[in-house]
Amino acid sequence: MNIDFSTSIPIYLQIIDEFKRQIVTGTLKPGDKIPSQRDLAAEIKVNANTVQRAYREMEILGLVETLRGQGTFVCQNHGIVEETRNEMLTNLVDDFVRAVQALGLSVDATLEVVRTRFSEIEAGEEVNNE
Amino acid sequence: MSTNQALVVRDLKKKYPKADALKGVSLSLPQGEIWGLLGPNGSGKSTLLKCVVGLVTPDGGDITISGQPPSRETKAQVAFVPEVENLYRWMTIRQAIDFTATFYEDWEHERVEELLNFMRLDPTKKISSLSKGMRARLKLILALSRRAPLILLDEPFSGIDPASRDRIVEGIVRQFKSEEQTMIISTHAVGDTEQLFDAVVFLDEGTVSLQGNAEDLRRQYGRSINDLFKEVFA
Repeated sequence: MNIDFSTSIPIYLQIIDEFKRQIVTGTLKPGDKIPSQRDLAAEIKVNANTVQRAYREMEILGLVETLRGQGTFVCQNHGIVEETRNEMLTNLVDDFVRAVQALGLSVDATLEVVRTRFSEIEAGEEVNNE
Repeated sequence: MSTNQALVVRDLKKKYPKADALKGVSLSLPQGEIWGLLGPNGSGKSTLLKCVVGLVTPDGGDITISGQPPSRETKAQVAFVPEVENLYRWMTIRQAIDFTATFYEDWEHERVEELLNFMRLDPTKKISSLSKGMRARLKLILALSRRAPLILLDEPFSGIDPASRDRIVEGIVRQFKSEEQTMIISTHAVGDTEQLFDAVVFLDEGTVSLQGNAEDLRRQYGRSINDLFKEVFA
């Protein structure tokens, strides 16, 4: 796992976000084993207590579970990918909506631009990928 | 609090003929944490560490190590790595390790080979032929080869190359045993090492100007410890 973290945000939150991203994109699948806390700490050169805090939080959130003597695994719960995706999307949209509201823009005008930009950016990326 | 305090310093004072090095410093380190003692040169970091290890006698205040006042027994619990060169230049790395090992009962010979390997040091090399970064890596090996409950590193990153610094950071993350150890690292250059710290103490002319859990400070100020450091000591 490679986390290019910023030190201006709590590091344990960035570790959780990275695992969420990997779960949503399918890089990590339900039931997959994730690195031990010590290995991840060494790999990303972060204090082991910080990694422990991230893992503990992910257990509380129901993203991962630790089985005694076997390691830590992404939860088998079927809804986990969809739930995590919805949660991340909602957070992104909330930030966006607040910023747009602060500018006094309407839903309809905004949505139209969102649709247009969505296809333009997608098209632009295809060009860039060639 | 369920955690034990590995080190408690209360209202510590030290006067030198020309200046007050410590003007009443208090801190309390829970067992199992790595603390960053941050401040510019001359802020009192070394004096504080030397008081804890017993090399400097404070003028006021008190220190308890694992609940006990400093004594011969507590001294054996502390591994101190000074900033100054403390290695005999004519020795080889192997000789320096064997020499240091004779002083300590908690020395772990098995751990030395693993550390030498990880730190990429050839034990047959002479100390005099090593770069500053290599000597810094060797000093860390000497500290981590003991099973000391309290490890104090004074400026371990000062004036060394980035590759050595990264090795030392990773070495600490890999070798630090939070179940039984506690560590203080003093530094005046915070960049690229702040992710090591559970908590930080800013020492400004012998006074604590900011102290707290590193993640809480990041959240509270929305800034890195390095940025906060630059602001406080600008």
